[in-house]
Amino acid sequence: MTTKTNSKPRPAGKTADEMGKQQREISVSEFFTKNRHLLGFDNPRKALLTCVKEAVDNALDASEEAGILPEIVVKLEAVGEGGNPAPAVSQATRFRVTIIDYGPGIVREVIPRIFAKLLYGSKFHRLRMSRGQQGIGISAAGMYGQLTTGKPVKIISRTGEKQPAHYFEVQIDTKKNEPIILEKKQIEWEAHRGTQVTIELEGKYQKGRASVDEYMELSAISNPHAQFTYHAPDGEIKVYPRTIQHNPEPPKEIKPHPYGIELGMLLKMLQDTKSHWLAGFLSADFSRVSTETATDICKAAGISPKKRPRDVVGHEAEKLFKTIQATKLMAPPTNCLSPIGEKAILAGLFKQIKGDFYTAVTRPPAVYRGNPFVIEAGLAWGRGPEQAALDAANAQKAPLAEGESHGNDDNELARVMRFANRVPLLYQQSACSTFKAVLDTTWKNYGIPQSRGAPPAGPMVVFVHMASVWVPFTSESKEAIADYDEIRKEITLALREAGRRLGVFIKRRARAHAESKRRDIFELYIEEVVGACKRLKGGNIAESKLRSQLTEIAKKVTGGMKTDALLDKNAGPHGLPHSIIVTPEGIEGEVPVEGPVTVTEAAPAPAAEAPAAKAGKAKKASKKPTAKAKAKPAKKSKPAKKKKK
Amino acid sequence: MAKRHPAVEKKLVGLADLVIDAAARKKDPAIAIPVRSLSNVTFNVKKGFIEMGKNKQMRTFFNVGMAKKFMQTMLVADALNELQKADLTTSLREIYYRTKHTMGDSHENTFDDQAESDPVIEDLEVGLSALREEFHVRAENAGTIIGPVVFEDDGDKVDCAKLGKGGYSVPSIVEEEYLKIKKCTADFVLLIEKGTQWNRLAEDKFWRKYNCILLTGNGQPPRGVRRLARRLHEEKKLPVYVLVDNDPWGYYIYSVVKQGSINLAFESQRMAIPDAKFIGLSSADPESYDLPRNVGIKLNDKDISRAKELMNYAWFQKKEWQVEIKRMLTSGLKYELDALANKDFQYLTKTYLPKKLKDRDWLD
Repeated sequence: MTTKTNSKPRPAGKTADEMGKQQREISVSEFFTKNRHLLGFDNPRKALLTCVKEAVDNALDASEEAGILPEIVVKLEAVGEGGNPAPAVSQATRFRVTIIDYGPGIVREVIPRIFAKLLYGSKFHRLRMSRGQQGIGISAAGMYGQLTTGKPVKIISRTGEKQPAHYFEVQIDTKKNEPIILEKKQIEWEAHRGTQVTIELEGKYQKGRASVDEYMELSAISNPHAQFTYHAPDGEIKVYPRTIQHNPEPPKEIKPHPYGIELGMLLKMLQDTKSHWLAGFLSADFSRVSTETATDICKAAGISPKKRPRDVVGHEAEKLFKTIQATKLMAPPTNCLSPIGEKAILAGLFKQIKGDFYTAVTRPPAVYRGNPFVIEAGLAWGRGPEQAALDAANAQKAPLAEGESHGNDDNELARVMRFANRVPLLYQQSACSTFKAVLDTTWKNYGIPQSRGAPPAGPMVVFVHMASVWVPFTSESKEAIADYDEIRKEITLALREAGRRLGVFIKRRARAHAESKRRDIFELYIEEVVGACKRLKGGNIAESKLRSQLTEIAKKVTGGMKTDALLDKNAGPHGLPHSIIVTPEGIEGEVPVEGPVTVTEAAPAPAAEAPAAKAGKAKKASKKPTAKAKAKPAKKSKPAKKKKK
Repeated sequence: MAKRHPAVEKKLVGLADLVIDAAARKKDPAIAIPVRSLSNVTFNVKKGFIEMGKNKQMRTFFNVGMAKKFMQTMLVADALNELQKADLTTSLREIYYRTKHTMGDSHENTFDDQAESDPVIEDLEVGLSALREEFHVRAENAGTIIGPVVFEDDGDKVDCAKLGKGGYSVPSIVEEEYLKIKKCTADFVLLIEKGTQWNRLAEDKFWRKYNCILLTGNGQPPRGVRRLARRLHEEKKLPVYVLVDNDPWGYYIYSVVKQGSINLAFESQRMAIPDAKFIGLSSADPESYDLPRNVGIKLNDKDISRAKELMNYAWFQKKEWQVEIKRMLTSGLKYELDALANKDFQYLTKTYLPKKLKDRDWLD
């Protein structure tokens, strides 16, 4: 609410003059204070997750952009209020969240604005695939902390071994949306390079669905090239080792595609452009518009190609917009996307989830509203041979009653893991296009039970990832992907392909199972028939002779060799691309090579050295000129310029 | 109580010998089971009933598709033999429970439900040409009889003329050894499809006035009812009249009584009553008895296709029958016996049957 500047209440109402005086600017930060739910800070538990998520997103983006293999430490500690000792983790209402990355670091000058100014960032103004999009995230987390605990955000950053480490304590001036620096100094820091952020905030820690723990697990799946060390508030330390030893192909920046913009956007671009004439503007500021096409568009719209873009306004601009939308243009370039890739998805799923079968599908790029995107799907199915053996051991030996059946009667439903630009989505599942596509897929076709309007049933994990320069979220808190037809269609196609492979696997396995059962079955039946004969004959038969004779015939009839061949030798992953099959005998398929990472406890300084050295080898991944931090350890390594710009 | 059938016992033990012999000769044991379907029955015009053909299926042990059935057949044979030895009768369901168990240390059951064991018993009946009664397997008592006839059942005298309006419940096994017909003064037997009409006739003492026996099987008459009707017909020379709904299912009930059923064609010889007459409801009755069209029921697709099937059966080829069924199809309607109540509650007793009998208005 706005404070009244003129507060003389008059029964007949206010004059326009009085009302005019009440009007004033609202700062973004003030807006946020009242609408924190829009950014994912609706409740203490979610706030804790959002805070971790925003910091980790930034850390990953920065490391990748600098060509450094990400290594990230997430630390949660319960803190007592007002200097009191911290209560039990489940009772704690305040947490200190610390995220350390050994990435490029941030230059001193921009640190305050990155962490204490909303809508300040490097990602909003360019069409390039990245985790963060608006530049709200980390500063919003900091502001939430400030609002709930009054504590500033503490930052340590260092851009290289030769550079000093800077320590900052910053707060946000919520009225002006500007940083207030409470403290800044140079300090000694054990890490040679990287950034550490500490935010204290009101939160609640609880394991399970949509928890920080789940977020860490999912992040490890979608980022197999990163190493995560997670210190849970209860003291547990989990290390998610790296399974892919190179960074993803760095995504390229593209210009907007005309199909993806709205009239208002066009108007703004017309004003802002550096081009001096309209046709030049069209071909220079958009992708897939050649000089010729630009001239054609101008002609069709009845505007001179030589006209100054700034002068194209009102009706003319509208005409131009309509003409552009009606012009046939090539789809936007898709090399700006960097999907996770089938191999890496397999590696991620295989590492984190126990199962019998894994598969991954990366669809070719597609386009929605002028934005290119790629859909990837993965499936992990089964409980893994160890669990199966355990189940068999624990299985009831009691015979089955009429109407009962073997196997699990509990209707476990598949778990759907959703990702957008590698970021796990944990809330609003049912509003998400991915989840709708999972429901839409007819899993019964692949031998997986599914009730109406429900996800498939069984021990299964469904992985869906959307990579795009602009992921259409249903809200700013980035929890669900909007349900565009083009997107849903691609997800469905990817799921079908993955489902088909799973279907083939399940069918094969069932057949092999049946074959091996066949033999035992004859043995059982022979026992029954011999018993019946013995009783019919009043006990007067040569029982063992009859048994061995029948067994002999059974062997001859069923053909031992043939059965063996059918048993499981043909059940390998042949014809199933990008899949892994796990059996008690071993693992077949594209099994990832585990990285030689042997970290058991967070030991920042020395651990930082190892991956940095490796990053140096991954030259392919660091083409960007700014990413000077190729980490030829120590000598002459210039600091990486900026994290956000 | 049950009588031993040494022949049956021998047949059952014969199955064990068959397995032992085959095993000794290193051959796959096989039991020949006659095929029980329309393709394997013929209508013997001369005898007037359906006979089973010679098609047989070999049930072999070491065939993946038949192994379980074979094993089950042996288990049922064993159980039936046990009944013989112990001189007991039992039901189909008890046979199922008796033979059900888990095999070895597996989770596999010998039978999962009764639908698996019932056909095996029928297979053995046909395969060993034995009767279900001889196997000591009985069905539920699903029939009722009333009228001037006296039975002896387990030494008790049962006078069916002195049983009020409830009648005597027809046992499932009515062979001479179990049920003796001591005395019968009736002039004919009326076999009624539905209990409702049987009750009406019993309540109205129709049987006393017309000196007849009223029998019902509540739908498709069970073997006991059919066999008893046949014995009354054969031993006491009573004509048998069948009263059913006017629909394809009613026609088929009549034909089962008269010519025997396809599934149990091997039993026709002792079950069928080739002289039985179809007294009603005929598709001509609505007109003759002035039944309004609105008490009819529209034939559904199933009725129509079943009626067409009937018209193709060899035993429905008489001209009157083709006319009868066609008339129903043309009208597009079927009539229940109950529809007669539209005229009067006692229309069946007081008008319909007396007129039918007087006019000798029936189909053969």
